[in-house]
Amino acid sequence: MRLLVCVKRVPQTGGRIVLTPDRRAIDTRYLGFTVSPHEECAVEEAVRLVEANGGESTVLTLGPAEAEEQLRDAMAIGIDRAVLLETDGREWDPVGTAAAIVDAVRAQEADGGPFDLLLLGNEAADSGDFQVGIRVATALDRPCVTGVKRLEVGSAAVTARREAAGGGWETFEVALPAVVTVKEGINLPRYPSLPGRLRAKKKDVERMTPAWTSAGPEMIGLRLPEEEGAAVEILGRGPDAAPAVVELLAGLGLWP
Amino acid sequence: MSGPVLVLVEPAGDVADRVSLEALALGRSLATRLGVPLEAVLIGPGAGAIAPSLGAHGATTVHVVEDPRLAAYAPVAHGAAVVELAAARGAVAVVGPGTDRGAEVLAHAAARAAAPMAANVVALEPGERWRITRQRWAGSLLEDAWLDAPVRYLTVAAHAVAPVEDLTAPAPTVLPFAPHLRDGDLRVRVTGREAPVAGAVSLADARVVVGGGRGMGSAEAFGSLEALAGLLGGTVGVSRAVTSAGWRPHTEQVGQTGQRIAPDLYIACGISGAIQHIVGCKAAKRILAINTDPEAPIMARADYAIIGDANAVVPAIVAELRRSAGA
Repeated sequence: MRLLVCVKRVPQTGGRIVLTPDRRAIDTRYLGFTVSPHEECAVEEAVRLVEANGGESTVLTLGPAEAEEQLRDAMAIGIDRAVLLETDGREWDPVGTAAAIVDAVRAQEADGGPFDLLLLGNEAADSGDFQVGIRVATALDRPCVTGVKRLEVGSAAVTARREAAGGGWETFEVALPAVVTVKEGINLPRYPSLPGRLRAKKKDVERMTPAWTSAGPEMIGLRLPEEEGAAVEILGRGPDAAPAVVELLAGLGLWP
Repeated sequence: MSGPVLVLVEPAGDVADRVSLEALALGRSLATRLGVPLEAVLIGPGAGAIAPSLGAHGATTVHVVEDPRLAAYAPVAHGAAVVELAAARGAVAVVGPGTDRGAEVLAHAAARAAAPMAANVVALEPGERWRITRQRWAGSLLEDAWLDAPVRYLTVAAHAVAPVEDLTAPAPTVLPFAPHLRDGDLRVRVTGREAPVAGAVSLADARVVVGGGRGMGSAEAFGSLEALAGLLGGTVGVSRAVTSAGWRPHTEQVGQTGQRIAPDLYIACGISGAIQHIVGCKAAKRILAINTDPEAPIMARADYAIIGDANAVVPAIVAELRRSAGA
C-alpha cells in the first residue's frame, strides 16, 4: 500500500501571540516549529497503516527550506520518504497550496505508481482554511472524507468514522484511491526514538519548486482580537472556598 | 439589481442549527449593505419544514432541496446543489455556517466552482473589493484580507455573530429546487450512524462543563470532576495535555483541535490556559478557575477563581453540594 501524508510547518504557540512589526506574520524569533496536532496524527496513522499492511509512506510539505525539519520529524517516527515543495517563505493561499500538492502527487505517481491513500489534517493549525484536502480530492477526482477519527483500510476501500453534528458518529465507506483528512484523537502519536532520529537525519529529501499562484483570500494584515479583560473575583483558597462555590452556583441558577 | 446573498442553513433536528442562524445574521447585514435579497437553502428530505422559520432571520426566499437521494448526507452532492442554485439565482455570495459540515459543503462548492473560499469570517465590508476579517489559530488571531471573486464563498465563525430574530418579518417564499446530480456526486455519503450515548450530556450543549487539565495529575483524579459534573447536570471536558497523557478520551477534549463549548459556567480545574484551550472555552458565559498558580494564564480569562489544588477543592465542593441538597 502506498500512502502520502501532507503536513504544514507552523510556529509552536501556546502563550500570547506576538506579531512582526509589519503585522503580516507571527514573530517566531523565540518560538519553535511543529505541525498541527491533526497532522501529527495523520503521520502516525500512515506509519501504522504501513506497519500493518506493508508498503511505503511518503511525507510531503509545501513550505520554506526550513520545513525540512518537519519532514525529518515525520521520518523519525517511521515515514519512509520525504518531498519538500520549496517556497520562498511567502504564505500560499489554499487554492495555490492544493494545486501545488496535486501537481506533486501527479509527478510522484508518474514515477512510483498510484497512492492508495492521501492523508491530510482536517485543517492547518495556523490558517485554518478547512479546504485543502477537499480541493486536492476534487482535482484528482478521488473520494474525500474529512474530520476522520477512526479509519479502517481494506484492500479496495476504507471505512472512515467521524463525530456527527449533535453527537454520536457517522460512517463513510469509500473506494480507494481516496483522500482522508484526519482529526486529532484518531490515534496517540508515538515519540521518535533516538535510532529513528538518526535514521531520519541520513535520508534524502526530494525537492520540487512549484510556481506561486494566488486566488485569495489576499492577506492585508494580522491583528490580535480584543481581550475581554474580566476582573477575576477570588472566591477563596483551598477546600475552605467550597461554600462560596455553592453560593455562586445558586446565584447563577445552576443549583439546586 | 444584483443577485442575492445565499446562505446554507443546516438543520439540527426539526429546527435550524444555531450557527446557521449566526450565518444568516452576517448574511443579512451583507445583503442589506449591498441592497440585495437574502435567500437561504435547506438540503435534505424533510428539511423544508424549517423553511418558514427562516423569515424571522431575514430570508425572503428559502430554497428547499428534497431530492430523496440526499436522505443520507453526501458532501459532494450538497456542494454541487449549492453551486447550481447559486448560478441559477445569480448569487453574489454564498455563506455557510462555520461548523464541520458547513465548512465541508462550502469547500466542496468552492472547489467545484473553482472559486476561492474564506473560512471562519467574523466581519466583512463589501465594496469594489470585499474586505473580510477571518479567524486564524481558531480565533487567537484575526486576519484582514481581500476576497475577490465573481461569487464569494465564505463560512461564518461559530459564536462570533449573534442571531437576529424579527418575529414580525413576513413569511418567506418557499421554492423547491431540483439539482442535476451526477452519480459521482453521491459516491461519498453517510452509510452508517451511531446515536450518542442515551442520557449523555453533550459538551457542545452542556450548561455546566467541569474541565480538568494536567494539574489533576492522574486519570483517577477525574472521579471527583465526574461527581461534580453529575451533580450539576453537566459534563466533563479536558485539556490536550490530558488526552495526550491517555487519561481521558479525545472526545472530551476542549480546544482548537477538540470541541468548542459555550456553557453558562465552565469550571476549569488544574488547567493553565494555553491559547489552544482558551479558544475552545471562551464562549462560556462565566469561567471559574481552580488552580494552585494565581499567575496561570487562565486567571486572566476567569471571572472567579479559587487558589488551591483542585484535587482537594473539588471533593470539598462535591461534599458541600451534597450537604446542601440533604439539608
